[in-house]
Amino acid sequence: MATSEVKDNPRIDPATGEYRVIAPGQTFRSVTEKITRIVLTPVTPLGWFALFGVGGALATMLLVALTWLFLVGTGIWGITQPVAWGFAIINFVWWIGIGHAGTLISAILLLFKQSWRNSINRFAEAMTIFAVVCAGMFPLIHVGRPWLAYWMLPYPSTMNVWPQFRSPLMWDVFAVSTYAIISIVFWYIGMVPDFGTMRDRAESNFAKFAYGLCSLGWRGSVRHWARYETASLLLAGLATPLVLSVHTVISFDFAVAVLPGWHTTIFPPYFVAGAIYSGFAMVLTLAIPLRKFYHLEALVTERHIDNMGKVMLATGFIVAYGYAMEVFMAWYSASHWEAFMMWNRMFGPMGWAYWVLVTCNLAIPLTTLWSRKLRTSIPFMFFISIVVNTGMWFERFVIVVTSLYRDFLPSSWGTYRATRWDYMTYVGTLGLFTALFLLFVRFLPMIPMSEIRTMLPGAKIMPKKVTEAGD
Amino acid sequence: MPPREGIYGLLAEFDTPGDLIRAARQARLDGWRRLDCYTPYPVEEAAEAIGFHRNKVPLLTLVGGLMGLAAMFLLEVWVSVLAYPLNIGGRPTYSWPAFIVPAYEWTILFAGLSAAFGMLALNGLPALYHPLFNAPNFRDGATTDKFFLCLEALDPKFELVEAKKYLESFQPVSVVEVEY
Repeated sequence: MATSEVKDNPRIDPATGEYRVIAPGQTFRSVTEKITRIVLTPVTPLGWFALFGVGGALATMLLVALTWLFLVGTGIWGITQPVAWGFAIINFVWWIGIGHAGTLISAILLLFKQSWRNSINRFAEAMTIFAVVCAGMFPLIHVGRPWLAYWMLPYPSTMNVWPQFRSPLMWDVFAVSTYAIISIVFWYIGMVPDFGTMRDRAESNFAKFAYGLCSLGWRGSVRHWARYETASLLLAGLATPLVLSVHTVISFDFAVAVLPGWHTTIFPPYFVAGAIYSGFAMVLTLAIPLRKFYHLEALVTERHIDNMGKVMLATGFIVAYGYAMEVFMAWYSASHWEAFMMWNRMFGPMGWAYWVLVTCNLAIPLTTLWSRKLRTSIPFMFFISIVVNTGMWFERFVIVVTSLYRDFLPSSWGTYRATRWDYMTYVGTLGLFTALFLLFVRFLPMIPMSEIRTMLPGAKIMPKKVTEAGD
Repeated sequence: MPPREGIYGLLAEFDTPGDLIRAARQARLDGWRRLDCYTPYPVEEAAEAIGFHRNKVPLLTLVGGLMGLAAMFLLEVWVSVLAYPLNIGGRPTYSWPAFIVPAYEWTILFAGLSAAFGMLALNGLPALYHPLFNAPNFRDGATTDKFFLCLEALDPKFELVEAKKYLESFQPVSVVEVEY
């Protein structure tokens, strides 16, 4: 970067040449105003309504698809033998992977004291919860009789039947439910002090009442803060192994089966890295329009976009290593079935899906994300985020479908074609996610004010002012 | 509980965290014990200054986690060995490696819930009422950009006029009486 550019741009810290985490000139009050105004204004922007309309319409389509599914059964989907998993499991893995970036940002980066994460922490965490909502729906509707899904829980029933704890599918129940609960608790606890701020700044009585209840009577005593900080750190320390375990357990659903293309030990780390890769892409997809629309460029700066690009570059290479290992093991294992699976995956009738994933996950991002100029270019990063999300969806498609549809015996081979109900359910969850996220942006503080305050110059503890001479 | 009457304490307002910490440290040195600071974000030094060094949240979390671990592991063993043993090709019913994952998840679940709810309980939250909110300047500042030191009336040293004079010696923005 040219020196003159560094000097002229106040958003770049001259000491490091990096973009600042928070643009200069912010005070406690200006930051609080900026964030609370988005929520406490009585005027909802028209653009919000337009987007909410689209999201709501798609969510309604999901409702239609689910109603028909409950009336008729999973036969309306494209799933068949041998591809019994189809869209439901692809979407489950895709959504839950997206959620993982939120936990990574809120927990792992907190433990590593990466304070730049403070600005994007809250909405990344919200993204996690809404992604888990969408993800959790798929296995439930995939079981065929969702009204009996509670049979998965261990409870003393009159049938005297208990769950099979040796099955990875059962492990999933505990991993995903724990993940959902801990994410919600972590998110809510993080918001309690901000609810206090909202309560104290609200104008209308209803808002005062509602935020007052949510704030649990928070008053900012330093004793409370000390316990609060301990609890946040502990929750972060607990969420970190949790998030790694969730996608590991999901990868066990595949890896424990004896199917070529699934039965590999690379799956757990490769799934976790892929989850973070797609999750950061989704954070970018959400953050870039949000900062523009709500004028948050001072709080979500180019530095955040840049750092997220770096994380994507790193996790993208882990994913690339996973792909390479799959190909290598198909040859090195000397297993006829593995070799055929790989050949079929690349050049079989659905080979195009493999090349889409290679293009979207490796070819485009891993060549361009090296450049800082591109990493701080907002339109380019938005483009990359969409590309990676698409690529990661295709990765799950490739893993689920191209492993299943041609396994051992050619007589049992089949094919897979999703029906309109599959597409309606998938696109419907995108709508549900959008609608939930818009509600979050409208009614809850989307940037954690208390954490931003710790990063402002005013939070620096100054020695006592020197009294004037002769005093 | 009958409504309490009289003065809850004296509340001094400061503009910067540094001023608050110096005042709190001095008050603690001067023998004040029933005092508290209120800040819009965590200020560790202020907690240190009023002599609050450690808390019980980690202990609660540990106990919760161990309870979750024990609960799930014992449930799995009871179900798989006693309540509903499945003989699959003569494999052992006590297959503990397979039980690790749910037990691990419940360790985290119970520990996390203990940390969150334990923290709230130790803080005495949720609380629907607190006398501090009666102070006119508290709500505008304590959750936004002001720093408060409160000397509580329950402190044996507390005497309204003297305490007010004492607080004013720190040159705060204001000192107000807080009523119950």
